Formats: sequence, structure tokens, C-alpha cells
Amino acid sequence: MPRPGFVLDVDKSTPPILFHHGEGFRLEKLPAGRSRVIYPGEPLDALDDVESAIADALANPMDMAPLKDLLTPGMKLTIAFDDVSLPLPPMKRPDIRQRVIEQVLDLAASAGVDDVHLIAALALHRRMTENELRHAVGDRVYDAFAPQGALYNHDAEDPDNLAFLGTTPHGEEVEINKRAAESDLLIYVNINIVSMDGGHKSTATGLASYRSIKHHHNVHTMEHSTSFMDRHNSELHHSNWRMGKVIADAGVKVFQIETTINNDTFGQDGPMSVLAKREWEWSAKDRVSFIGMQQGLKRLSSPTRRKIFQSHRAPYGVTSVQAGAIEPVHEKTLQHCFDQHIVEVEGQTDILTLGLPYICPYNVNSIMNPILVMCLGLGYFFNMYRGKPLVREGGVLIMTHPTPWEFHPVHHPSYIDFFEQVLADTTDPKIIEAKWEKQFAEDEWYRHLYRTSYAYHGVHPFYMWYWGSHALKHLGKVIIVGGDNRAVARLGFKSASTLNDAFEMAEDVVGPQPTITHLKNPPILMADVK
Amino acid sequence: MIADDLAGKRIAVTGSTGFLGTALVERLLRSVPDCELVLLIRAGRMRTVEQRAQREIFKNNCFDRIREELGGKAKFDEAVARRVTIIEGDVGTDGLGLNEEGRAAFASCDIVIHSAATVSFDSPIDLAVEVNLLGPSRIALTLQDLEATPHLVAVSTCYVAGNRRGDAPEIRVDESPFWIDIDWSREVDSARRVRADAEAASRIPDRLRTFMVEAREELGGAGTPLLASKSEDNRKAWVKAELVEAGRSRAASLGWPDAYAMTKALGEKALGENRGNIPVSVVRPAIIESAWSEPVPGWIRGFRMAEPVIISYARGLLKEFPGVPEGTVDVIPVDLVVGAIIGVAARGPLNADGSPDITQVASGSANPLKYERLVHLVQSWFSEHPLYDTEGQPIAVPDWGYTSRNRVENQLNRAKSLLDRTEKVIGTLPLRGKQAEWSAKVEEQREIVTRALTYVELYGAYTACEAIYGVDHLLALHAAMSEADQAEFGMDPRIVDWDHYVHQIHLPSVVEHARVRTDGKRGKGESRSDRLRRQVLSPDRQLAAFDLENTLIASNVVTSYAWLASRRLDRDDKLKLAMKLIGEGPALLRMDRVDRSDFLRSFYRRYEGASVEQIAEDSAEMMSQLILTKSFPAAIRRVREHRALGHRTVLITGALDFVVEPLRPLFDDIVSAKLDVGSDGRYNGQMLEVPPTGESRASALFDYATKHGIDLAESCAYADSSNDLPMLEVVGFPVAVNPETRLASLARKRGWLVEQWSKSPGFKPSPIPLAPRRAITKAAPR
Repeated sequence: MPRPGFVLDVDKSTPPILFHHGEGFRLEKLPAGRSRVIYPGEPLDALDDVESAIADALANPMDMAPLKDLLTPGMKLTIAFDDVSLPLPPMKRPDIRQRVIEQVLDLAASAGVDDVHLIAALALHRRMTENELRHAVGDRVYDAFAPQGALYNHDAEDPDNLAFLGTTPHGEEVEINKRAAESDLLIYVNINIVSMDGGHKSTATGLASYRSIKHHHNVHTMEHSTSFMDRHNSELHHSNWRMGKVIADAGVKVFQIETTINNDTFGQDGPMSVLAKREWEWSAKDRVSFIGMQQGLKRLSSPTRRKIFQSHRAPYGVTSVQAGAIEPVHEKTLQHCFDQHIVEVEGQTDILTLGLPYICPYNVNSIMNPILVMCLGLGYFFNMYRGKPLVREGGVLIMTHPTPWEFHPVHHPSYIDFFEQVLADTTDPKIIEAKWEKQFAEDEWYRHLYRTSYAYHGVHPFYMWYWGSHALKHLGKVIIVGGDNRAVARLGFKSASTLNDAFEMAEDVVGPQPTITHLKNPPILMADVK
Repeated sequence: MIADDLAGKRIAVTGSTGFLGTALVERLLRSVPDCELVLLIRAGRMRTVEQRAQREIFKNNCFDRIREELGGKAKFDEAVARRVTIIEGDVGTDGLGLNEEGRAAFASCDIVIHSAATVSFDSPIDLAVEVNLLGPSRIALTLQDLEATPHLVAVSTCYVAGNRRGDAPEIRVDESPFWIDIDWSREVDSARRVRADAEAASRIPDRLRTFMVEAREELGGAGTPLLASKSEDNRKAWVKAELVEAGRSRAASLGWPDAYAMTKALGEKALGENRGNIPVSVVRPAIIESAWSEPVPGWIRGFRMAEPVIISYARGLLKEFPGVPEGTVDVIPVDLVVGAIIGVAARGPLNADGSPDITQVASGSANPLKYERLVHLVQSWFSEHPLYDTEGQPIAVPDWGYTSRNRVENQLNRAKSLLDRTEKVIGTLPLRGKQAEWSAKVEEQREIVTRALTYVELYGAYTACEAIYGVDHLLALHAAMSEADQAEFGMDPRIVDWDHYVHQIHLPSVVEHARVRTDGKRGKGESRSDRLRRQVLSPDRQLAAFDLENTLIASNVVTSYAWLASRRLDRDDKLKLAMKLIGEGPALLRMDRVDRSDFLRSFYRRYEGASVEQIAEDSAEMMSQLILTKSFPAAIRRVREHRALGHRTVLITGALDFVVEPLRPLFDDIVSAKLDVGSDGRYNGQMLEVPPTGESRASALFDYATKHGIDLAESCAYADSSNDLPMLEVVGFPVAVNPETRLASLARKRGWLVEQWSKSPGFKPSPIPLAPRRAITKAAPR
């Protein structure tokens, strides 16, 4: 029986706590008597037979007819699937998308459907490479569809392959992939790693164009999503749900297949397994392997370290598969997510500490640049709450990450310019949005790289910044421990070389003897703050 | 009263654009309110004599005082217009090159003050002869031709007495017991011969070859037109050096410190013979330095003899200078010289027969400044007021060593030859970017040493000269003046308090003129490169041309060939290809250095038989896998900045069209190499036209600009190597990107913007440019 997540009050006997620190780790002693650590739940039990669970979901969907009854010869079928940003880190083969898609394709084949397209629903993310597509859908599917041009990446800037479906009552334009919109059936295959994913957002965002996405990927929406991980209190999701209605009203029939995975990110054995353990339960072997890992990492160059970490594949177990109509499916998915992630926490804190790992949704097989560090900390981790933020208004966020001034030249070209030009000008999300967004979003060169190379869309770094705008508005100060001073300053944050220095700096804002909460994520957890 | 004596007189002045001449014109205008001036000025290459007079004389801060005393610029300009006549003429030409008006104006003068000279100590001998030796005689002969007999005051120099110890009284040069009787006209003839000989000698094949080799060493493969122009420059420089050396050795053989003193001495002698019925006075100043009090203490013009030496010392660059501690440095403030000249002019000729009378203006006999004292004063002043280096650190001045000229020269020569050799070695290494800056530093050091050596060669004789110049005539002239005149036109060297002069007047003025940092503060405002960058990114620019390799991306044609060729090979064949290319590397590099377009032509034959369709497909993938990983993000941003400013952006590259095709959205146009396609849809390995490299790149840019009506003077070009010089030189705003050694040094000398752009930090592209396993991705169907 896996143990649920819990809150540890730090006392004198509490050992140093493990903090993620990019492609490395820190052991940090937290002040006794006023600190607490929130631990994630242990991995929930995985489904014993995933194949049957998939088959069962397809045969007994929620509020829809069984999939095989929806498939007819001569129909136009499109299967869209989540892109390389999910899950994190990537899962060991076979990927759950592959297992679902293979069963869907078997049903389609036996129903005599031969017009099938598979589309990576990547919105404004970079195109997936051949290897990444093979990893997601499996070699069999790839080799059967890619050579014919029936397996490809969504292109949010292809004017000939987008369909305008209408406008929501709020004036939000809905424009999605034309092939998906014009299919007799759109099957969406998702992985819900966190509660932000899935639901109407899968299609309304994943297959949409910039024209459509900009209506909810903006500072106003993000400041009114408290948090964007809590779909019922998220303006981001309200907007996507309104768009979902426009899509449905336009006659697009979506068969949604959502899956959830457990917290088995680092495995039960191997050098990474220690990362999922609670510090006081480390065995002698764990200690030795941790020390060995730290020493080994120190001797490696940063590209080599990055390569090692990026090649890690997580042994996640699948905890649920549900299919059918979007809304009931997603409610059930959320329940499964929360079962794994939610930890109840009593009250807010003065200081929130985060150990930022080496990966976020936008640097899979890539480099975690400073803008992504900001987004992971102030966007994703800060928003891992339901109810109230973990840190009080005007409180301080302290994150550990090396934050190197490094960028991937192919994946993040507009990030480089955003960092050099936009952040050198201002870090205020509203000014950035008003003054700079259009220029980057409509830039011909970035568009060219997004469409033909492997670059994130020109506007993407702006979204990263907007993702943190709720936190920026809420917090009194942000400190990065162990970061590159120049890069941290460019982000508008403060640098500290040790966690204790950071605590002292924080006292200037929150007063002496502040309360401290450490969110020990990953593995993923979400705080339900009472 | 002098002002009364000279009232209503017309005074002609030559050399009025010089240091002494400017001070003279100012004092005459200010202190002799009722005289008129006729200024004989040589026309400049770009300017008329009137423009030169305004720019080079009346704009000088020398006139600030009188401008203010007269009540502003308008009143001053009015006074100048009323009292000053400008005529065009050249003392280097027989008859002075005067036109009719000029002749009339010149003939009407009562006094002619001849102060035009080539004071540079390293003038070519023929120039020194024409101006210094023949100049005074030409004035006298022209006046005779005009049948005018004004009083001619000729400015000479104390150093006509030559290198010797002991007294040098105010007597004519040929009256001196040490005078060696030489025929000045022979010297004129031989100086002209030396010019003709040197011109001929510079054209013998071996020398011409040397000039070409040197040009190539400096510019690399910059293309024939630029190399030709450079080797012609080298030839002219060689001729000049020969003539300078000829002058120096002839002067030394006759006992003068340099050709300047020699030609001045012979000029006095010639004037004596040619003066006809013109009464002549000669005024001989010593080393003229900043003003003691008139028009303001410390006024100086130009960077003169002692200043560069002093500044080099204060910068810690020059640690030793030849000279004897107890020797005399014969310095005289400019306003005392001006006083003496005006005094002599007002007095009129001393000798009844009009034969030259001599007045020396020097301090050595009446109020000597010892070399040791000067050194002490300079050292103590700079200890209190140090200069600062670029890091904002004060520079400690070295202890001055008194050594012989030979020792210093030997030391400097040794240092120079070591630096020469270092520079040569570095120049042959394939360095670029930051490393190329080492070579720029070595070069800078070498230039400093060379300059120091020049000072020692030029001025060493003056600190070693132990002659004492008599000033009896000068003191008598001063004594004969009224008290008011003594105050207004003083010339007595005994009034100078050297401690005060050096500390309070001269050094502050020198430091101000040298524009060096004396406050330890960083220069405020924008840095030089910020200013250049702002000019490059001004909306007024019309076009920005870019080279590709090492300007936008750290890659080359061999890399992209290796990538494309290996794309469809299996592992073993890939390895073979890599080994083959690595083996050929040095030969390819050599070929590229000699002639880029030959190299490209031969290298591109390798594409023979490649399928056009397949290459196009693979090139698109190569963009992501190779080109972008090796690109300079700042360079790409710069292209886009130019576009955003409305400039036309053009890529001009010797790379093949299919390689650069994915970069098309960055540019308005791409000019690249193209391969011919056979009837079978495959490349045949032949190029369609001359690849745009070297001078053909410049002409490609030129043609492009003509076609689109673009002004290249308002355009920018970015490139990394001296091969690209022709392209950089045709635009108004060239930018050197990560320049290799030669271009780095050229860019520094010419004041071009240098950008150091690097690949995206943190990303490590594969060291071997081989393609990974081929993907089978297809575009979405329409």
C-alpha cells in the first residue's frame, strides 16, 4: 500500500533535505521549528493489465458509443496525440500513446477505415523529430504512416491547413487544424501528467493556431488563473472550455482518450531511485550511491551531464485509462491525478523553497535556458496548489538551479533574442506583452524556423513569462541559489550563493524568523492549501 | 612704440597656418591694431586658401582672446575681413606661384615675415630642400622681380650652428669658423637627383616583388585591385624612406643633427647670396614650446617635438631617452619668439647695407634649463598627476635613465625585432576572434616601440647637443624697447621661471592636448564601439551585406559538403569519407588561402552526379542539424535588426545556393554560387558563373547597388576575413566579425566596428560534421 504525501515539520533531528539543482543536487539543512517539507505521495499502484484497460475504455466509453461503432468504412479519421512536452521525463518504451494508438488503429483497420492521419498536437511547440515521434507512437505505427505523409506535426502557421470554426461569446476566435476539424471523427490520445493537461485544452490548444491561442495565453488570463492547475479556478481552462463548445457546435466530433500515470519517476532501483525516497529512510547503500553520483557528476562537463540526465526514461505505471466524451472523461482523469498528487497543507508560509530539476516541458532533449527556469519555478511549481498559494502574498520564493546563460540554438532561437532584447528592456509581463509580443509572434524568420526546423514559435518565450505572471504579481521577492549571477539579474531576480544567504536576504522582505515551506517536487505533488 | 612704428604698414606672412605663424598673426592683429596683413597660403588638396585660412588659422583657440576683446565673432570677422588679405602661393615653387592679384598684394608690402618651413625632422630630403633651402631665396627673388624692397624677416633655427659644444654666437652661418664651405646649389641638384634615383630604384623588379609580397602579407587574398593599390602605397613609402635617410646621412656627414637644420643653414646662406637689394634680418628660435603668457599661458598648437616624448614617458612606454644630465635643453616659449620677430620687424634691418643681421631666440645662455632639471620636473609632476590606463589604474612613471643614444637604440631595436618575429608567427596561425586580438596587442606593442625608436632617432641629437646659443642681439633689442613695448612684445628669456613653466603651464597644456585620462574616471558617454554600432544601425543606412562563413555561422563549404555527402551513406562509408576529408584538410586549406575562387571551383566538382532533388531535401534538414547549431545568434539578430530598420539585407557568399536556401527568409536577396545541372537532373560539378569571392564579391555588391539604386556609402558590410576586404572597402560602414588576424589589425587601424559573435552558449555541436541516420519525414499533404 503506497503511502500518501505528507507534511514534515522540521526539527533538530531532521536530516538535510535533498534539493534538485538542475543536472545536480544539493543537501540543505532547513531551520528547525519553523520549516516544513511537503513530500509527494508514493507511486500509486499501476494497472496490472494496461492493454485490457485500454480495450475496456474503448469498448465502454463515457457518454459515447463504443469506438468500434463510431468507425465506418470510407470515413475520415484523425488521431491527435500529445507531443514531446509530456510526460516529464519521457517514459520508458512502450509509451502509453503508442499502446492506445495501436489499439485504436486495430479497431479502425477492422472497421475498414483507410483514411487515417496521425497528428502531433504540439500547438506552438517545436516540431517533434523522427526519433521523438518513433518514441511516442512506436516504430510500427511510424513506419506504416510517416512515409505516406499520414503521420506529421501540427503546423499552427500553415494558412492552408487551418479551419476557422467560430467565436466564443467572449469574442475568442477558434481556429484549429483543418484536417482534424474536417474529419468525421477526431480521436485525441492524451497523457495527463498534471491536472493542467487534458480536457478541452487538448484540442482547443494543442491543435490551434496563434490567432486562437493568444486569447488565453496572455497576462490577464494567467493572473486570473488561481491556479492554472485547478481547472475550476482557472481562467485558462474556462476559456478552453468555451472554445471546446465552439468546436463541438461546429460539428467536430471528438473521442477523448485520457490516461494518467503514477509518481514512479525515478524507479525503484538504480542511482536515481534515491531521489524518490525520504531522507531519513535512506539506507547505507542509498547514501553511498548518492555520494558517488554527486562526485561523478562534479567531474563531468555540463553538456555530458545534460546528456546523461536527458537520456533518463521514467518507468511510470499507468493508473487509469478513460475514453468517451471530453467532460466526463476529464473529470475522472482529474480525480486520478489528484489521488496521486494532492497533499493537504495547513496555511500559507512566508518563504517557499523549490529545488528545480533539469527538465521542464520545453527542454526535452534540449537545454533548460534561464527563461525556462523562471517558467518552471514561477509558472509550474508555484501553481501546484489548490485553494491558496503555498506562500503568502508578498512572501519570498527561493529556488535552487544553476541557471546557466545557455540556449539551444535550434530549439529556442526566439528565446535567445527575448533574453537579449526584451528582458534587457523590462521584466514586467504587461509591458512585455504590449510592447514586444506582436513583433516576435509575427516574425517571418521565427515562423520559418517553427515550420521548417525544430524551433518553438516566436511567441513561445512570452508565454513562458506570462506563465509566471501570477507569481510575479503575488511575490515580494524571488531569489535563485547557485545561479549564474548575470543570468539571474537579467531575469530580474536576486542571486544567493547559499540557501542561508537567501534566507537572510528574504528576511529583509518578510521579517525575522520567517516560516519556510519546501515543496519537494518532483516526483509531482500538488498542495491543497487550507 | 612698436604699435605706432608698424601702424599703416602692410606685413606679409608666410607659414601662417603653422604654430609660430598663427601666434604671430594673432599678436599682430591684437597688439598692432593699425597694421594690415597679407597671408601667403598654399591651396589645400580639398580647400581653397580662404577656407584654409578660416579653418586652420582663425578658428584656432589662439584667437579666443582677441575675439572676446573685440566684442564677439561678428566684430572679429569684420576686423579680419578689413585688415587681412589672403593670397594663394607656395614657397616650394619658383615665383611663389602667385597670380596677378597676389603679385600686386605681395609687392605692396612693407615687411615680409617668412616663417614657412617643413619643420618635420623626417622630411624627405628633396622636400626639405625645396621648402627650407630654396624658400627664402624664392621670396627674395620674387620681390626683386616685382621691384619691391620690403624688409625681409626670415625665421630660421638656432640649430643651423650644427652639432657642437660651446658658444654659438649670433653670426651668419658662413662667418662661423666651423663652416664647411659647400655649394648649396649642388645640394639642391643632388636632392632632386636622389628623388629621381629612388623613384627608379623603387621600380626594379625585385623591389616591386617585395612590395607585392608585403601587400599580400598585410591584406591576404584581398584581390588584385586592392593588392595593387597597396603595393603602390608600399612603393611610395619606400621612396620616402630612402629620401629621409638620404637627408639624414647627408646632414650627419656635415655635422648637423638632421636635414631640417642642414637645409635651414644652407637656406640662410642662399638667401644671403640671392637677396639682391632686399634688406634681410634672420631670427633663429631654439625649440619652440607652449606660450609663457600670450595670448594665454600654455597656448600650444599641434603635437610638437617634446610632447610625444613626454606623453610616452607618462604612459610608462618610454623609460629611457638619450641625453646628458648636465646638458641644456634649449626650450623657448612661442610668445617670446613672436615678440622677437615683431621687435626685429619694427626695428628694421640692422645693417646699413641690408646684409642679413641675426637674432637668436634661445634660453640656453641667459636662463638655461638643464636636462636633469627638466626630467626631475616632469617626473615629479606626473607622480602627482598620473595618467590612467584603460582599466582606470594610475600609471606610475618610471625612473628616467640617462643613457647614450646608441644604447637606447640597440635596446629598442632588439625589442622591435622580437616583436616583429612574434607578429609574423602569429600572423601565420589561423586565429580569429578573441585570439586574433593577441596579435593586435603584439602589433600595438611593436608600434609603440617603433614610435619610441623614431623619437630617439629624431630628437636624440637635440638632447645630446651641447651648443650654447648666444642672445646678445636679442637682449639688446629687448633693452632698447620702451617699458610698454617690453610688456607687450617681451622677448627676454630670463623672465621664464622654469619650475613654474614646466609644472603650471607646459605640462597641463600638453596633457590637455594629448586627450589622455588624468582623472581616473572612465570615459563618460558611449564607447567607441557603441558609437560605431549606432551609426551602422542608423535608419539612414540603405543596405547591409553579409558574408556567411564565420560571419553568420561557424562553418564552411567543406563541412556542409561532408554533411550532405554522408547523409545517405552507411556507417563504414561515412567513416571513410571523414578520414579522406581530414587527410585532405591541409591541402584544401592551402588552396583556399591562395585563391578562394579556384578552391571553390575545384572543391565543388565533388558534387558531380548528385541528385538535385535529393540535395534540396537534405539541405533543408542540414539547416537544423548543422547550420543553425553553428550559427551566431547575435549575427542573425543583427540581420533582422537591419531588416526591421528598412535596410535591404543581402547575403553574398561563395557557398552553394542550395546550402543557403533555408536562410532565404532572413534576406531580401541572396547572391551565391550555383552549380550547373545536367539533363539527367543531377549536378555536373561545374559552376555557372564566377563565385562571389574576393574582388568579384565587391563587384557583385556594386552591381547589386547600382541595379537597386542604393548608395554604397550609406551601406554596411559584415565579413570575417581579409579575403572580404574588397567588399568591406566599397561600403561606408564596414564591420569586421570575429576577424582573423589580418583583418583584426586592419579594422583596428581603420577604426571599423568589430563584433565578436559566438555560437549559442551551452550547446555543443558534434565535432565531426557527419549527418545522422536519414529520416523519412514528409511534409503534411495539402
